[in-house]
This record gives sequence, C-alpha cells and structure tokens, in this order.
Amino acid sequence: MTMTEPFHDRDTGRRLIDRIGEKLDRLGATERAPIHLMEVCGGHTHAIFRHGLAGVLPPGVEFLHGPGCPVCVLPMGRIDDCVAIADDPRVILTTFGDAMRVPGSKKSLLQAKADGADIRMVYSPLDALALARRNPDREVVFFGLGFETTMPSTALTIQRAEREGIANFSLFCNHITIIPTIKAVLDSPGMNVDGFIGPGHVSMVIGLRPYRFIAKRYNRPLVVAGFEPLDVLQSVWMLLDQIGCGAAEIENQYARIVPENGNPQAIGAIGDVFELRDVFEWRGLGSIDHSGVAIRARYARFDAERRFAVKGVTVSDPTSCQCGEVLKGAIKPWQCKLFGGACTPETPVGALMVSSEGACAAYHQYGGLRKGAA
Amino acid sequence: MCLGIPGRIVAIVDANAMLATVDVSGVRRDVDVQCVALPGAPLEALLDRWTLVHVGFAMSLIDEDEAKATLAILAGIGEADAEIAAFAERVE
Ligand code: SF4
Repeated sequence: MTMTEPFHDRDTGRRLIDRIGEKLDRLGATERAPIHLMEVCGGHTHAIFRHGLAGVLPPGVEFLHGPGCPVCVLPMGRIDDCVAIADDPRVILTTFGDAMRVPGSKKSLLQAKADGADIRMVYSPLDALALARRNPDREVVFFGLGFETTMPSTALTIQRAEREGIANFSLFCNHITIIPTIKAVLDSPGMNVDGFIGPGHVSMVIGLRPYRFIAKRYNRPLVVAGFEPLDVLQSVWMLLDQIGCGAAEIENQYARIVPENGNPQAIGAIGDVFELRDVFEWRGLGSIDHSGVAIRARYARFDAERRFAVKGVTVSDPTSCQCGEVLKGAIKPWQCKLFGGACTPETPVGALMVSSEGACAAYHQYGGLRKGAA
Repeated sequence: MCLGIPGRIVAIVDANAMLATVDVSGVRRDVDVQCVALPGAPLEALLDRWTLVHVGFAMSLIDEDEAKATLAILAGIGEADAEIAAFAERVE
C-alpha cells in the first residue's frame, strides 16, 4: 500500500492500532457489522483521508463523514443571493477563497467575477473592513460563513466597524452552528452512529458543555480530537473504550487547545452580535431549526440582508445529486451516481466535491486508500 | 479556514485596538488578539507567545512545542503552504 507515513511516532501508532483491534474483537465488531464513528469536522475528514487512517485500522470500525464542512453545506440559493449582491455596481464583495467555487444555480462567485462583478478574496474579515475604510464611496460586503470557529472573527469585525463608525461595511451572514447540526444527524431516520469524533477548533470556542445532551439524551459518546493522526487514533480508542463498557461521556482528547469552558471573549462577541435564526437551509440536508445565526437588530446597519434586497431564494439541489445522503452517512461518496463522472473536483455538481474538506473531494483525491481498495 | 495556523506574537501594533503583529513561518501580518488577551495584564504580556491564528484572529495561546508540532502536522496534511499563502495574502 502506498501512503504517507502517518505517524510522527510510529511505535505509538502501531501500538494504538493493535489496542484498537483488541477492543474491536472484544466488541465482536467485524467488517460486516462494524462500529460506526462519525467525524463531525471536515478537518478530520481531510486528515483521515490524507493519512489513509481508514486503511490502517481493522475493518471492524468505519468512519462516517459528517456535515462539518461549512463550505459543503452552503445551499445554492445563498450563493445566488450572494451573486445578486455582487452584481450591484456599488458593491465590492469579499470572501474566503474556499467559497469562490461553490456552485450556485447559475454560477459560482468565481464565474460571477469572470463576468465582471467586483469580487475579491480576502484572508480575514478585517481585510474586508480595511477595504471599506479605503473605499468610502463603495459598499463593501463580506460573505461570512463557517461554524463557531470563524463566527467570532466576523462578530469582532462588526463590533470594530461600529466602534470606528464605518458606514459602508456589511456582512452577508451564512454562519451555522454545530449543535443543531449534530442533533439533526442524531434525529435522522436510520441513524447508525455509535460515537462522535468531536470538532477540535469549534470546541476551542464553545467548550465541552454544549455537547452534554449527546451523552445524556442520545446515549452516545463524543471525544473532542486534535488533527494529528495519533490524535484521531487516540480518540477512536477512547470512543471504543467507552462503547465497550456501555458508557456515553463527553471527553476531551485535545485539552492542549480546547479549554473546558471554551473562549469566553469569543463566546461574548458571538452572543452580542448574533442571534439564532428560526431555521436555516442546508445543501443536501434541507432546513434545520435554529441551525443558522443572523445579525441582531442592534447591528442592523451592518446586515447585508437588510441593506440589499436579498431575495432569499430557495433552489433545490439537482435531483441526481446525493449530497444529503453522503452528509448523513447513509451512503459512501462513490455510491453517488454522479461521483467521478458528472461530478469531479474540476466540475463539481455538489459542494462536497469543492472543498478539500468535503468527503467526495477527499475520496476522489485519495480514493486508492479507501478500505478494501488499496 | 478552519484549521488555522500557529504563529508567534512579535510586536504590539495598537494596544487600544487590540492589534499585534504575528509571525507565521517568516510571514508577518497584523492580527486581532482580543480573544487571547490575558485578563488584568497589559497586552505586552503576549509578546513572544505562540498562538493559533484563524482568519486574522488569535484564538488560542499554545506552547512552542505544540506550535511546532502543529506546523509539522499542517505540512503533513498538505495544508501548511495554503494556510501560509492565505496568511500572506494582501488585498488591494
Ligand atoms: S459526487 Fe457530487 S453530487 Fe454526488 S454526493 Fe458527492 S458532491 Fe454530491
């Protein structure tokens, strides 16, 4: 098998894999009846594929790739709205590079830029604010997206814009929250997740407490994990350990970065600027209650949805695309009829093929490492 | 975007505005440090500390070994170059 050496400490890696194997044997888990672990975060999906972890683990454990890649779950209607804002000649639209290639119903932001819209890639919302300062005669809109990892950055930028009295800056807010997303997975019919690998950097912001309901109400364990192969393996072992003794606890494998209570300044800024929406639409998953945030009335003048006539269009996904099933772990990417044919990283139909953190793009790139195939 | 990258805080730019210069593998830019400001201490206390930077915001203080290990991991998963290139990005 060809793959990168996944462990900085090879011996520890081997030992962990052996111990995981023993645990699986004791649990009676086999390839046909495996334990299903879902990694919620796209960063983990990427690490699992990059290092071929599914291939080095015994067949009694299977990774399900969760909905935690914010670029992948952006619905087409929001991209269409964004293109409409960018088409306003007063507007400079700014966003992260990751968002540029996500397909809308007619075009992506990249195509809109090629067609003449003033769209600029930025590294930080602070760069968008700086553009607004330098271009007082233009409207600078930041297309903000992401889970709680990036939410503090836009909240703090809006607070800064208010302090400085910058009038030509606004946010088109597409932030989503992790907890209702995990809940939607847990509530979906036929849910077969035995345990969760919890997101590392979202947890750095929100801490561990918000996950308690997963253990209490759904009786599933969750281990917040780092992104190194050894981190992922250790969290797999911790989850199997819990499953073996019938426990369901929230544990923290990534304590070197994730404090029990998260980051109080970041949580404060999020609460000051944002409030939960009643519902938010997800690509592939449909509408999920309370899963998105909007800008509070107090900061209304920084809200692009109020400043521009955003239609709020809903566009259904192409019927042939099965992103929803992949996101819920019901099918594997290669089982989608479009995978590798109509849908490739060069010509993505679904957003899971766009970002390197999307499950379909990861399978496409590292497909040879998938279980049973290498 | 979600992984972030470690850097070292090398200068305080504006204590009122909570901005500091962070060095990521030789690339420098101004970063918002209010989420890692130490309660009751002047911002200068952050000098020389390592931090995980997400989209222009320092989100967590880390120790030097952790920072180096994280850089190695990012290089290992092929993300370090992209993160550093993004960090170096300037808009006109
Ligand atoms: S192959 Fe394309 S259309 Fe099919 S699930 Fe993946 S991203 Fe969606």
